[in-house]
Amino acid sequence: MPAETQIKNLTVNFGPQHPAAHGVLRMVMEMDGEVVERLDPHIGLLHRGTEKLIEYKSYLQSIPYFDRLDYVSPMSLEHAFVLAAEKLLGIQPPPRGQYVRTLFAEITRLTNHMFNVPALALDIGAMTPLLWACEQREIVMEFYERVCGARLHAAYFRVGGVHQDLPAGLAEDIMLWAEKLPAFIDDIETLLSENRIFKQRTVNIGSVSAEDALAWGFSGPMLRASGVPWDLRKAQPYDAYADMDFDIPIGKHGDVYSRYMVRIAEMRQSLRIVKQAIENMPDGPVMTEDGKVAPPKRSEMKSSMEALIHHFKLYTEGFHVPAGETYTAVEAPKGEFAVYLVSDGTNRPYRCKIRAPGFAHLQAMNFMCKGHMLADSVSVLGSIDPVFGEIDR
Amino acid sequence: MNQALQDLGEYIAGRLSEEIDGQEVAYDELMIAARPDGLIKTMRFLRDDSQCLFKCLVDICGVDYPDRERRFEVVYNLVSVAHNQRIRVKVPVGENEAVPSVTQVFPSADWYERETWDLYGVYFSNHPDLRRILTDYGFEGHPLRKDFPLTGHVEVRYDDEQQRVVYEPVHLTQEFRTFDFLSPWEGMTRQLPGDEKAEEAES
Repeated sequence: MPAETQIKNLTVNFGPQHPAAHGVLRMVMEMDGEVVERLDPHIGLLHRGTEKLIEYKSYLQSIPYFDRLDYVSPMSLEHAFVLAAEKLLGIQPPPRGQYVRTLFAEITRLTNHMFNVPALALDIGAMTPLLWACEQREIVMEFYERVCGARLHAAYFRVGGVHQDLPAGLAEDIMLWAEKLPAFIDDIETLLSENRIFKQRTVNIGSVSAEDALAWGFSGPMLRASGVPWDLRKAQPYDAYADMDFDIPIGKHGDVYSRYMVRIAEMRQSLRIVKQAIENMPDGPVMTEDGKVAPPKRSEMKSSMEALIHHFKLYTEGFHVPAGETYTAVEAPKGEFAVYLVSDGTNRPYRCKIRAPGFAHLQAMNFMCKGHMLADSVSVLGSIDPVFGEIDR
Repeated sequence: MNQALQDLGEYIAGRLSEEIDGQEVAYDELMIAARPDGLIKTMRFLRDDSQCLFKCLVDICGVDYPDRERRFEVVYNLVSVAHNQRIRVKVPVGENEAVPSVTQVFPSADWYERETWDLYGVYFSNHPDLRRILTDYGFEGHPLRKDFPLTGHVEVRYDDEQQRVVYEPVHLTQEFRTFDFLSPWEGMTRQLPGDEKAEEAES
């Protein structure tokens, strides 16, 4: 008797609570056996209305919201907003301020990759790298704490510079750490780069050609892994990046393994920038001296009436930003993070659209996972480095 | 950089005089005002023309200007990796009008258009799957419109008796307060009511 069996496609709900979902992601997968036929990510479970809230806050009060978007790389996101506001105001931070921002943007990139690479490894079964990386991340969190008083939600970058100068001894400690870090990256590579299981799970998984990567709006390591040498730090340099000497690593195949390799190579380049930023750090103020934007010094407020008025007005009304609009992007660790800022000349943004790199990457999940096994979707998801704070906003 | 942008803007305006209403360079950024009916053609041109090659659509968003005749503006941001340029295309759209979807030109437009629909209620015609994306399942209203209250209309809580999450009209223990600190301090050009006499006295 011929065995005729009806096979029905199965719909699998992945998440919203799943350890490999990197947060609250629900994916509805239509499966044919173990092969993904269609994949529909449902996002928005962490939607907090950040853009709406910012419309009701002054420019200074808006900055902390950016820490809470991509909570793995907080300072890079402040960077975009601060640069956008500076562009509309027509001010530039002093050189030291620019260097400090560059330094911390790169440290942030290092922490982000130090977290993402082992998280990808954990998703596909390697426990050790994440434990090692968390130890290193803790050191970076201490740098954050020393410079601004908070371990994660920094609110350190301000319009016109940074909030305060580096405390004594911090630059030396960062330098010491930067000397030791390559050994850690080597350790991670020893565990993963030639690991048979890791390669079986990542090589030729979720491959994207350069053409497709552009069409799907990819940016950052995702785009570079597909072989497009596009990095905003080189192409459209902001702050002190124009003075820095570094290379842009690119991948060839655009698969999960290339993305992993690009991130590892980027960490080494970031270390170069960190060292250069500390070595060439100029002296001087870290915040613009423009009293209409930057708060006065405490000591001045004791004797100067004008300083006192400025302080009072800045922390109640805030500064006014001339009417205009700008789309300002930075190379955040995850890709192009941008702020589309519309000002109507008052003390609050009229519209602040946040362009999150993860949003574009996640919408290509269906494109990347189609025809792969269920288990591969986990490694593809890990490779796009999603953080739902920024995707859901 | 600025001169190159100016030239590019004039070139595009010359080639697409039927489809676009104007171009402008502000803050070193090129902006093009397009019309909804010519949007697809504009986008195709920007993507394929050898002077443009804006192959990467990085962002679409809406902006709400309730005072305008056509209330919304849909803003498209594109990047040209080949020429290292950025461009912004703006389309005005009224409350009961539709914008053609550009998903056929750029696949990445899909979610961005869903987001704009979700948050502003701008309808995109010919979109393959125009569902809500960021807000809750079954959400009503378009939260980023200027007339949508910051506190929203409903709140959720877990109900012990019904053993599920229930939706209720939002209940504020204190009336919603928004402080307007606007004052005729430096940097502001707009005149505040009652301030006309000071201006006259100065002149």
